[in-house]
Amino acid sequence: MQTVLQQLVNGLSLGSIYALLALGYTMVYGIIKLINFAHGDIYMLGAFWGYYVIHQWHFSFWPALLSAMVFCALAGVIIEYLAYRPLRNSPRIAALITAIGVSFLLENGMSYLFSSNVRSFPQVMDVKSYNLFGIKVSNIQVLILVVSIVLMILLQLIIRRTKMGKAMRAVSVDPDAAQLIGINIDRTISFTFALGSALAGAAGVMIGLYYNSIDPLMGMTPGIKAFVAAVLGGIGLIPGAALGGFVIGILETATQALGFSAFKDAVVYVVLIIILLVRPAGILGKNIKEKV
Amino acid sequence: MKKNLKYNAIWLAIAVVGYVLIYALEMVGVIDQFGETTLVLIGINIILATSLNLVIGFAGQFSLGHAGFMALGAYSSALVTQAIPTVGGFLIGLLVGIIVSGIVALVVGIPTLRLNGDYLAIATMGAAEIIRIILNNLKITNGPAGLYNIPMLANWGTVYVLVVITTLIIVNFVHSRNGRAVMSVREDEIAAESIGINTTKYKIIAFVLGAAIASIGGALHANYIQTINPTDFGIMESINILIIVVLGGIGSITGTFVAAFVLGLLDMVLQNFGTLRMVLYSLALILIMVFKPSGLLGTWEFSVRRLFTHKKAKGDA
Repeated sequence: MQTVLQQLVNGLSLGSIYALLALGYTMVYGIIKLINFAHGDIYMLGAFWGYYVIHQWHFSFWPALLSAMVFCALAGVIIEYLAYRPLRNSPRIAALITAIGVSFLLENGMSYLFSSNVRSFPQVMDVKSYNLFGIKVSNIQVLILVVSIVLMILLQLIIRRTKMGKAMRAVSVDPDAAQLIGINIDRTISFTFALGSALAGAAGVMIGLYYNSIDPLMGMTPGIKAFVAAVLGGIGLIPGAALGGFVIGILETATQALGFSAFKDAVVYVVLIIILLVRPAGILGKNIKEKV
Repeated sequence: MKKNLKYNAIWLAIAVVGYVLIYALEMVGVIDQFGETTLVLIGINIILATSLNLVIGFAGQFSLGHAGFMALGAYSSALVTQAIPTVGGFLIGLLVGIIVSGIVALVVGIPTLRLNGDYLAIATMGAAEIIRIILNNLKITNGPAGLYNIPMLANWGTVYVLVVITTLIIVNFVHSRNGRAVMSVREDEIAAESIGINTTKYKIIAFVLGAAIASIGGALHANYIQTINPTDFGIMESINILIIVVLGGIGSITGTFVAAFVLGLLDMVLQNFGTLRMVLYSLALILIMVFKPSGLLGTWEFSVRRLFTHKKAKGDA
């Protein structure tokens, strides 16, 4: 029982990272129907930004987190403007290939500029472990969980309560109709990228703190897993992405705890393929019939 | 039949002349060991990229898992030739690879090809990763260390002949009745279905054929490079193959040949630049997609027949 709870705690903190990433995927997919392959690499940029400001400018945790979010939001908007906007009306495969190209560019560009070595993330916080009913919980795990949940609530408030959020929802339902009633589509899409990338930046800094190591290719696998999480929950749905993230995180730690750590990535892919076949709309999604 | 004979003879002549030319250059010493390796890698990339082009360009199914099938071919042939280190062993290995990756493609394809577009890309990528992770953990494949001391049973001649054969198979398939059906699925799945084409069947045919040919590329890779390990066949490799297809033109075999040559020669020149090379490639990929989404040659094909008929038309005028 204790091990189960312990793994649940580990799974929840890992899962909240995936959930933050999955939110970015799901928002972008919901609004322009593009799998933003570069999203995982934005998370990597966030981690490197955190590393840099803590190392060079001796930021403490909160300023590092906030500045990484701003930096990543900017990066996301620039990528959207340069690479995705010119392709908005071309076939979806072209946009997908561009996204792969951007991801490749960020990975190799960072490897080129900062070498592909693994760096250890500066510890800005003393790690403390609390013992709750025999379960070990570190302050970083609590921090990750709390920050993630606060960010998710904030996101939900932005989407439900602000004018921009309303515009986002409108564009994702029908871009042409949204434009007709005077919504600036370009600005709305930029805003979506900014929001999603900011969340990825926050996730990057927190994972740096949690795993204590960063490298230019770190975004690849978590990026794909977060996408799986988004699909699992129902792509385009904000609560779905959060739910999917937690499920994938718990699944992964459970696989590890059962002694199959070599297959922890394979399990995620198997889940993806199964969910795509059995319920392509995801756990929370509704099935929509294809129309000619 | 007779009408095509002339053009087929010309193509055969081109293939033979190409072979003789490389042979002569090698004899004279213009192509050294380094040049030969470059040529072989270009040849292997042509096989991989044309087979991916069949899936992406002609069937319109976006597969991101080509490296997985390449890995199956490489491991099958490596294991067989380690047991039987003869040319016969290589042929058996080739056949085993084709069968294994054909079956895996069938198993993966039947469910996943029901998905479309981006979902298919992710699912095939997942499938390839599962293959890689399994290879990484099996005893027989020697885990993460991979296989080494694979007998060198492939040389540039083998690669050349197999490039010719696989290209012939793909081109003839595309121009056959089945190939037309495959292309109709690419153009409009619903329309194709409405005129009685079993879209799933043709998607699977293209996918399995692509996978089988990719395994030939993998087998050549294993028996030429002589060492393989699971990291050779990751997502990066799938993307490298994709870059060739996209650069040349999605749906153009000629384009794939040109792109494989250009990139192969670029690789040779830029070898000392390491990571910068990949930065340039990814930039090229983005720029081509932004400015010419159909690739450099689009769907244009080089055709001997057109060359002749064009001349004749001019002569008449």
